[in-house]
Amino acid sequence: MRVPFRVAYWILGLSCLGIFAACSSDSENPEEEYTATPMPLTVPSIFEQFLLPPLIPGDNPQTVEGVSLGRKLFFDPILSADNTMACATCHQPQNAFTDSNQFSIGIDGIAGFRNSMPLYNMAWNNNEKFFWDGRAVTLEEQVLEPVTNPIEMHNTWANAVSSLQNHSQYPDLFLDAFGTTEIDSSLVAKAIAQFERTLISGNSPFDRYLMGDATAVTQSEINGFEIFMDEARGDCFHCHGNESNPLWTDNIFHNNGLDEVITDKGLGNVTGDPRHDGLFKSPSLRNLAYTAPYMHDGRFATLDDVINHYSEGLVYSETIDPLMKAVGEGGVHLTEEDKADLKTFLLSLSEPGFVNNPAFQNPN
Amino acid sequence: MKKIALLLILTITLISCSSDDDSNTSQNASVTFDFTQNFNGSNVTEDDFGSAAVYTNAAGNFMSITKLRYLISRINLHKEDGTVISFNEYHLIDLETASSLSVTPPLQVPKGDYTGISFVYGFNEEDNISGEYNDLNAVNWSWPSALGGGYHFMQLEGSFDDTMGAPQPYAYHNGTARQSDGVFIQNFIEFDLDQNFTINGDTSIEIKMDISEWFKNPYTWDLNQYSTDLMINYIAQILMNDNGQDVFSLGDIN
Repeated sequence: MRVPFRVAYWILGLSCLGIFAACSSDSENPEEEYTATPMPLTVPSIFEQFLLPPLIPGDNPQTVEGVSLGRKLFFDPILSADNTMACATCHQPQNAFTDSNQFSIGIDGIAGFRNSMPLYNMAWNNNEKFFWDGRAVTLEEQVLEPVTNPIEMHNTWANAVSSLQNHSQYPDLFLDAFGTTEIDSSLVAKAIAQFERTLISGNSPFDRYLMGDATAVTQSEINGFEIFMDEARGDCFHCHGNESNPLWTDNIFHNNGLDEVITDKGLGNVTGDPRHDGLFKSPSLRNLAYTAPYMHDGRFATLDDVINHYSEGLVYSETIDPLMKAVGEGGVHLTEEDKADLKTFLLSLSEPGFVNNPAFQNPN
Repeated sequence: MKKIALLLILTITLISCSSDDDSNTSQNASVTFDFTQNFNGSNVTEDDFGSAAVYTNAAGNFMSITKLRYLISRINLHKEDGTVISFNEYHLIDLETASSLSVTPPLQVPKGDYTGISFVYGFNEEDNISGEYNDLNAVNWSWPSALGGGYHFMQLEGSFDDTMGAPQPYAYHNGTARQSDGVFIQNFIEFDLDQNFTINGDTSIEIKMDISEWFKNPYTWDLNQYSTDLMINYIAQILMNDNGQDVFSLGDIN
């Protein structure tokens, strides 16, 4: 018996429907999932060319409403116990989202013991370990901590959530961002993480130079880059990136020869492994013009201090990274001219357009 | 007509729903490469890093290891009939990243008799292109352009006791060798490891690195002489290549 073509197509169509029903198992309960307006990150062309795509957790996509809510929360002291301290208190836009003080002061007047980390390019933190000691394993998890840290915002999440829930605007903003007016700490963290992922810096003069604009940098800056890349001089590239790694960090933990006796164990506190004592995350070298003081404990007030440390101030301790050379002599002893060039190169990785970006300022 | 329709539906459903768990009957099998490291036969893992273990190289230097990363590319399996199965991939093995130590390429290989495995340690000249591989860029694996560019082939780091017994750092980094300004010597090594084996089903192949070989055969490497600044040291780079010739061997295949 012949099947007419039209009927055959019809059967084919029906059978396809059947297949969809048979094969797809997870669309059975078509509960209407709320989706806010997608807002993909604007990826700098140099990142596009050399790096992996930004890391965005599947359960926290970037959205217009989420980023906007995160920005409002980031600048709002409502998250602190006494309504005096916001994320932005210690992560100020004009400082590339770090604190110009060596140690930030919490709401009870107690100082911390590490320098606030600058915030940018968070979606390219490939191993997803946050904080100087890597104790948070996602950006969302990182956001949760300062709110309850007794020497920072010293709040409880129950109290912070209740303040937001009783606020005249926040329940509606959470509704827009996440489809619910029921606020919890996880949604707060998601919103702030979304905002933080938009803090992208990839258009410094040196980026423009690498992308082909020969006029974007000076000869001194180019000399400085050569010192940076020279194993016998700066040898900075083993931890701090290169022309193909425009993050300017390896996102890995090192003991960079600061102390003979380790008092802050850093990564060692987190892993419990004494071989990790005194290891801290390599920070990116972007925006150094705005991020003083330097090091995990903010011990160096100037970039000259930092360069001098690597040049002649290294001291030995058991976990020191082998990349710290000539420790017996304190380092490789750069010439004054090399130091000056190296510094101008480092500063060419700073981006005024990042710290002044209107989308990153206080909306409240 | 109903019968035909039913057959049509069944066939299409079967085709679209069948997953690839038919390896028992298929002519192909998947291959897993297990990268293991040892020092003169004693196993080296991340657990042995730093103060956890002291090794003695051929020159008698007491040394520890704090980092080991290396690049393997262009793995080929050689069939008895002369055909070559090419995995056009590269793998950065990092002892601190467990997932990098065992790799199962998506390409399946025909069952049958094989006579050996070949691969490139590092990248050959054609593959060693600066900035080309974004995953390697992101883990800071590039080799400076003043030294010929491309990528590192290996980073082996740690500490050794100098002649006074004092700890000193070493960074045994290997890649393209710069002979003079703008003159570069490709420094990769092609390994051709002959061994007969049969692939009947999914198979794992162990590729072993004996780290101690980097320090001997033919050149007995004294870390007091060559410890740091080795990337820019042409002689050291060539000696690494000489010593590297016997570093890899095949282990268990099953």
